[in-house]
Amino acid sequence: MNAEIIHRLHFAFTVTYHYLFPQLTMGLALLIVVIKTVALRTGSEVWDRAARFWGRIFGINFIMGVVTGIPMEFQFGTNWARFSRLSGGVIGQPLAMEGVFSFFLESAFLGLFLYGEKRISPRLHWFSAFMVWLGSWISGFFIIVTDAWMQHPVGYTRALDGHFEMLSFWQLLLNPWAIFQYMHNMTGAVITGAFVMSAVGAFYLLEGHSEEYGRIFLKVGVIAGVISSILIIFPTGDLAGKYVAQNQPAAIAAMEGLFSSQVGAPIVLMGQPNEETGQIDNPIVVNDVLSFLIYGTTKAEVKGLDQFPRDQWPTALPLLFYAYHIMAGLGTWFVLLMLVSAFLLWRGRLATSRWVLWALLLSFPLPYIANTAGWMTAELGRQPWLIYGLMRTSEGFSDTVSASNGLFTLLGFMGLYTLLGLLFTVLVYREIDVGPEPKIAGAAVHAD
Amino acid sequence: MMGFLWFWLVAVMIVGYVVLDGFDLGVGVLHMFLMRTEAERKAALASIGPVWDGNEVWLLAGGGTLYFAFPLLYASAFSGFYLPLMIVLWLLILRGVSLEMRNHIDVGVWRSLLDGVFGFSSALLTIFFGAALANVLRGVPINADGYFFLPLWTNWQPGVSPGILDWYTVIGGLVAFTALTLHGALWLALKTSGDLEQRARNVVSPLWLILVSLTIVSLFATIAVRPASMDNYFNYPVTFVIPAGVIASLIGVWLWNRKGEPLKAFLASCLYLFFMLAGACWGLYPVLLPATTGSANDITLTRAISGPHTLAVGLAWWIFGMILAIGYEVFVYSRFKGKADAAASGH
Ligand code: HDD
Ligand code: HEM
Ligand code: HEM
Repeated sequence: MNAEIIHRLHFAFTVTYHYLFPQLTMGLALLIVVIKTVALRTGSEVWDRAARFWGRIFGINFIMGVVTGIPMEFQFGTNWARFSRLSGGVIGQPLAMEGVFSFFLESAFLGLFLYGEKRISPRLHWFSAFMVWLGSWISGFFIIVTDAWMQHPVGYTRALDGHFEMLSFWQLLLNPWAIFQYMHNMTGAVITGAFVMSAVGAFYLLEGHSEEYGRIFLKVGVIAGVISSILIIFPTGDLAGKYVAQNQPAAIAAMEGLFSSQVGAPIVLMGQPNEETGQIDNPIVVNDVLSFLIYGTTKAEVKGLDQFPRDQWPTALPLLFYAYHIMAGLGTWFVLLMLVSAFLLWRGRLATSRWVLWALLLSFPLPYIANTAGWMTAELGRQPWLIYGLMRTSEGFSDTVSASNGLFTLLGFMGLYTLLGLLFTVLVYREIDVGPEPKIAGAAVHAD
Repeated sequence: MMGFLWFWLVAVMIVGYVVLDGFDLGVGVLHMFLMRTEAERKAALASIGPVWDGNEVWLLAGGGTLYFAFPLLYASAFSGFYLPLMIVLWLLILRGVSLEMRNHIDVGVWRSLLDGVFGFSSALLTIFFGAALANVLRGVPINADGYFFLPLWTNWQPGVSPGILDWYTVIGGLVAFTALTLHGALWLALKTSGDLEQRARNVVSPLWLILVSLTIVSLFATIAVRPASMDNYFNYPVTFVIPAGVIASLIGVWLWNRKGEPLKAFLASCLYLFFMLAGACWGLYPVLLPATTGSANDITLTRAISGPHTLAVGLAWWIFGMILAIGYEVFVYSRFKGKADAAASGH
């Protein structure tokens, strides 16, 4: 295996694993603020305990996000040295800002939130939950700004020796790509939080354990879930598609599996793109829809892959196509499930509709898959560019770090992360099993 | 001017990291042999639980600052120190996880395992950090393009193509190990009570004696390995206050610990770390990473620095952001001031 592939896999593996945790952190932080607000308003001890329960799970999840995030920060230098050397003056900026503006804030107030409840007033405790939420969402913003600059570079000049200099700070921060990406991505994080919370609620009701809390979790989870599932498709997903179509036409052609340009281009719902024949095998298509989705009219022409030289096609074309379809397909499922659940919740029948509870319980892994697939769409769609249109991926990795050294540490991360994953699963499962009721020995809270 | 400023801003962040994360690393080193009962372990961990992650953020924010202010240095050093950095990452992962997860586990065997992992990873981290600094002081075999790649060890001699570990960098590792363990002991003396407090105070004296000898050895070793380290001092003799500060703070640690003033002793230890690092930075300036292959290949301030607009914008938000950050930290430390109570740790 050559060094380029190893470095790509190294980054892709570690960042994909990392993102499993922050998506829940960011989604859950918002829901915890909601629960804390209700608790503060009503003075309800039950809602306070509910918040404490999610605080414990949040704590475990957060720490996983922290320890897997640190390697991300380092890998720009260790594995992508040539890229960092040329672009550090631009994208080092948002990365450093993430540390200064959000990690300090998050870690300080999380310490207060988890350890300090007895030392501070209820209002201040609510405030620390709020600041944790704020910190995690600021963190998401800066990281998206970084990524967006690689997708759609703005506000820079390039010096004679090839390195990039920042020209406009505000253009960098307000990159239109970053704005839509941020909205779409954060909505995705809320979906994860909402599905996890609903699944725990469904589990308690199906199991007949901590039912009072189960109802709370379902209520908060389903309301957040229905809102975010709609927002992820419209307007944010729609906007994402239009931006990609305008700015990365080869990427959208590959995502949609459009090999040749067409007026009234069809949308492919399913099929397997065949790079040899330039066709979709076993296609299920709907005519005209793609043109309409991108340009608002069925008459418009959409550029196919035939318009681009072969060396500008995204390198992992089928994977990109599948990733995009998995994301969009799951998005459809989320809306359906959440609409049904919300309807039942409104009629007061959700807690007794066992098959919907089962569907909610079993669906909790799906947002993780959708979010991962979404990132794969974004990152694979950018290929073969590292900085879109300016620097190829093959020009960016650390060529002084050999493939074998890279493989050594990649295997190390895989082993370590497997162990961490097991530990994480066991600990979270234990917290759910114990439940939100305080476990005071001897206080004999007799079950009904 | 901007170069001078950013050099010292990055240095401040490194000092902030060492002084703050230093004490929780030191508590980690002591975790296995100073604490005897579960209650003592809990008390010690409760003293660092709310703050250790914030302390570690100094490393991240420092790294990020280095990245945009000196991209060449970041790219060259991080890829050159590839293997040791990856090991540091694994240790940081193990440490963070074992420290936080033990509170969520009540099975004795697993708890003991995590305790062991916590102690072991903390100890190795202190050694790696010391060795890393020593590598920077000694220099690395940078090529004409500005890159290098260091193996973990070669023949254990500092020369033109050394390894990460040689006799000199091992001394650096031991200095850091001792200094941070001492730092952690002083923190425990300050934040815990009863037997543990007493034991923490008792361990200070032997550690102090070792630290003083190692400090002297490392000073002479540095001069031997890179004589140019002394140039700035002789050109600006007033800067001999830095080594004087090292000596004074060491004396402070000893005296205040004897007198039972743990806060002052701890602050003296902070100053010791500050002066040691400041001394090292001043010995390097204006070089950021010296080359063993000849000073033409040195990565210098002027060679690595970003463009003026990047730095000007950076300065504006950096000052603003760091004031906020320090504000949060002061707030958190003040909420948790006084002796730590173990009961509050079981979140
Ligand atoms: C729960 C997760 C989730 C769901 C259901 C969807 N997305 Fe998504 N999508 C993401 C989570 C996500 C993501 C992980 O958040 C990405 C990766 C990068 C980003 O900003 O958001 C993303 C990226 C992404 C991109 C690529 C942007 C780029 O190249 O930078 C497009 C075009 C879409 N999405 C479009 C859609 C559409 C049309 C959906 C309709 C059903 C949809 N997404 C559902
Ligand atoms: C700020 C956020 C991010 C930045 C700056 C970033 C940057 C990068 C870089 C430098 C690479 C390696 C070069 C390449 O192969 O293109 C890469 C690849 C990749 N990243 Fe991202 N990434 C970010 C977020 C994410 C997230 C959150 C995920 C997934 C959850 C992700 C998934 C991937 C994947 C799958 C690859 C491999 C692409 C390939 O092999 O072609 N990225 N990204
Ligand atoms: C290359 C990409 C990335 C880098 C360099 C990176 C870096 C980091 C670092 C260093 C931490 C630990 C902070 C601490 O010690 O408190 C962290 C945690 C976090 N990251 Fe990432 N990250 C990346 C991708 C992402 C993405 C794509 C998102 C979301 C959009 C994200 C959101 C977060 C959040 C919210 C946290 C807080 C801890 C947690 O949520 O578990 N990160 N990240």
